[in-house]
Amino acid sequence: MGLSSEIKKEMYWMMVLSRKLDERAWILHRQGKIAFHISGIGHEAAQVGAAYALKRGYDWVTPYYRDLALMVCLGLTPEEFMLSLMGKVGEPSSGSRQMPSHFGLRRANAVSHSAPVATQAPHAAGIGLAIKMKKEDKVVLTTIGEGSTSQGEWYEAVNWAAIHHLPVIFLVENNQYAISVPPEKQMAVPSSADKACGLGLPGETVDGTDVFAVYETIHRVIEKARSGGGPALIEARMYRITPHSSDDDDRTYRSKEEVDENKKKDPILLARTRLIEEGIITEQEADEMDKKAKDMVTEAVKRSEEAAYPNAEEASYPVYVEEVQHA
Amino acid sequence: MPEKTLVEAVRDAMDEEMARDENVFVVGEDVGQRGGVFRATVGLFDKYGGERVIDSPLAELSIVGVSIGAALYGMKPIAEIQFGDFIFPAMNQIVSEAAKMTYRSNGEWTVPMVIRAPYGGGIGGGLYHSQSIEAFFTHVPGLKVVIPSNPYDAKGLLKSAVRDPNPVIFMEPKKGYRLIRGEVPDEEFLVPIGPAKISRSGSDLSIFAYGMMHYYAMAAAEQLEKEGISAEVIDLRTLYPVDRQTILESVKRTGKALIVHEDNLTGGYGGEIAAIIAEHAFTDLDAPVRRLAGPDVPGVPFSHPMQEWFMVNEEKIADAARKLAQY
Repeated sequence: MGLSSEIKKEMYWMMVLSRKLDERAWILHRQGKIAFHISGIGHEAAQVGAAYALKRGYDWVTPYYRDLALMVCLGLTPEEFMLSLMGKVGEPSSGSRQMPSHFGLRRANAVSHSAPVATQAPHAAGIGLAIKMKKEDKVVLTTIGEGSTSQGEWYEAVNWAAIHHLPVIFLVENNQYAISVPPEKQMAVPSSADKACGLGLPGETVDGTDVFAVYETIHRVIEKARSGGGPALIEARMYRITPHSSDDDDRTYRSKEEVDENKKKDPILLARTRLIEEGIITEQEADEMDKKAKDMVTEAVKRSEEAAYPNAEEASYPVYVEEVQHA
Repeated sequence: MPEKTLVEAVRDAMDEEMARDENVFVVGEDVGQRGGVFRATVGLFDKYGGERVIDSPLAELSIVGVSIGAALYGMKPIAEIQFGDFIFPAMNQIVSEAAKMTYRSNGEWTVPMVIRAPYGGGIGGGLYHSQSIEAFFTHVPGLKVVIPSNPYDAKGLLKSAVRDPNPVIFMEPKKGYRLIRGEVPDEEFLVPIGPAKISRSGSDLSIFAYGMMHYYAMAAAEQLEKEGISAEVIDLRTLYPVDRQTILESVKRTGKALIVHEDNLTGGYGGEIAAIIAEHAFTDLDAPVRRLAGPDVPGVPFSHPMQEWFMVNEEKIADAARKLAQY
């Protein structure tokens, strides 16, 4: 599949850094230092695998709120993420107007998204349409949770992409829970990828805990889409290791045993073991990466705590483009 | 100067803007070879081809959602909703996405698009081909809401809407599509979004209207003149953001305000005009502000006598104006 050891190592680093950011967010919440966190722990392999299949900064992404690792791969810095958690000045997605993890990064072609789920999917189809109209060779990756594939918005978007043969990859991150509701109450098919056959595009399910398997699958469908081969629907399966958000208590709908069992398939653990087995990193190097990531996160927290809050008056704009104030 | 119907002016505006800017495209149901059910896009398919005049799937949500995506990429979509009544599946995309994109991304992302929607009753369309939908959108910061009342404004305002960097809801009085004719110059012109227009000067009362009701208000004012009542008629044209100055100056001149719309009375747009007058011109008033609007029933009934019971018309406006003038 052509990934060099260097790239594999880098992908692992992205997973580790994202995990440390996510874990620190939970700690900051428990410490009462931030108001809210929505977690992507368990999703790192799928997101990093998908991100590395893109031409990052060239291709386009319409992400959703669990995509911290994807955003880190697209260049979101630890400090920028911390600024969003704290609602500080310099937060790049919204100037801290939106809640944390409502991503968007103009410089990376990652489009701003909202909280009503699946709204980003038609945007991806529209971007795909524009790319096709302009005869460019870019692709769009749009991500979503499996529960949100119940929305009409998602079906309509996939339908558009299929009809017009658009360069759009629909990646479903199936983490087994839509807050508390399991997939069997969302759909009557075993995988959301099975919905593809009714919409007229290829669908495929991949192990979302295996970063390299995800990379291989997404890379293949992206390159096909890039050369005019049309869209694809991929479901990556993983387990949401944390509660839905810092406001959720998952003990009300699943057992600790179930969570513990699934932690054995923690994608970072699996990647670490594999890279050590393949001789790409050593135990010691892996430990050093952990420490380096933690230190970077600590530094980012420190800088974000020192950063200013926005002036209240900034809340009054920009309602219209004419009011945009460029820094 | 050639005389045009309102719908011809709409068509000409799109034609000119598509010729001017290759990023402008039209999308909607039956807009292609059919030229639209109201013939608003007639000839555009032959001139610009199926890639720029796109017959969408029969799904309003994605007509808007996909257009938003294309706009995010730098295109300038003109999305046609076949009847205003069918816009509600797209509300999430309009309200949560298009309207909020600039604000929620602090200006990083913008949605330069036009949503065209024929609206209004009196055409035998029953509950679901007759509604006035403006009040749903004049409550939403981030949108602009424009309703022309004549061919000249229809062309000039639609061209301005296409060039506007914000999402514009452009509502067209369908009853007036062929009924309302007027001179439209062949040479390039724009009508700015924002300013209201004094269509007729008067001294006894001010009538505030837009779209089809403006047409009837002008006819009523002519009738009233013969009776010795001098009515000023203000065409609001841009409902949001509204031209407060023209409204208030007119009330200061006449001391009496009649606000007319065919949409239901309660929560209708007229309430906002009444509030502006009450807050800023109370001491100029010689009579209570009067609203003449559609009754508070869920829709315009089909059967002719019931339809006419619902509709505001020239006679009803003249009656209301007489009473107000006599106050």
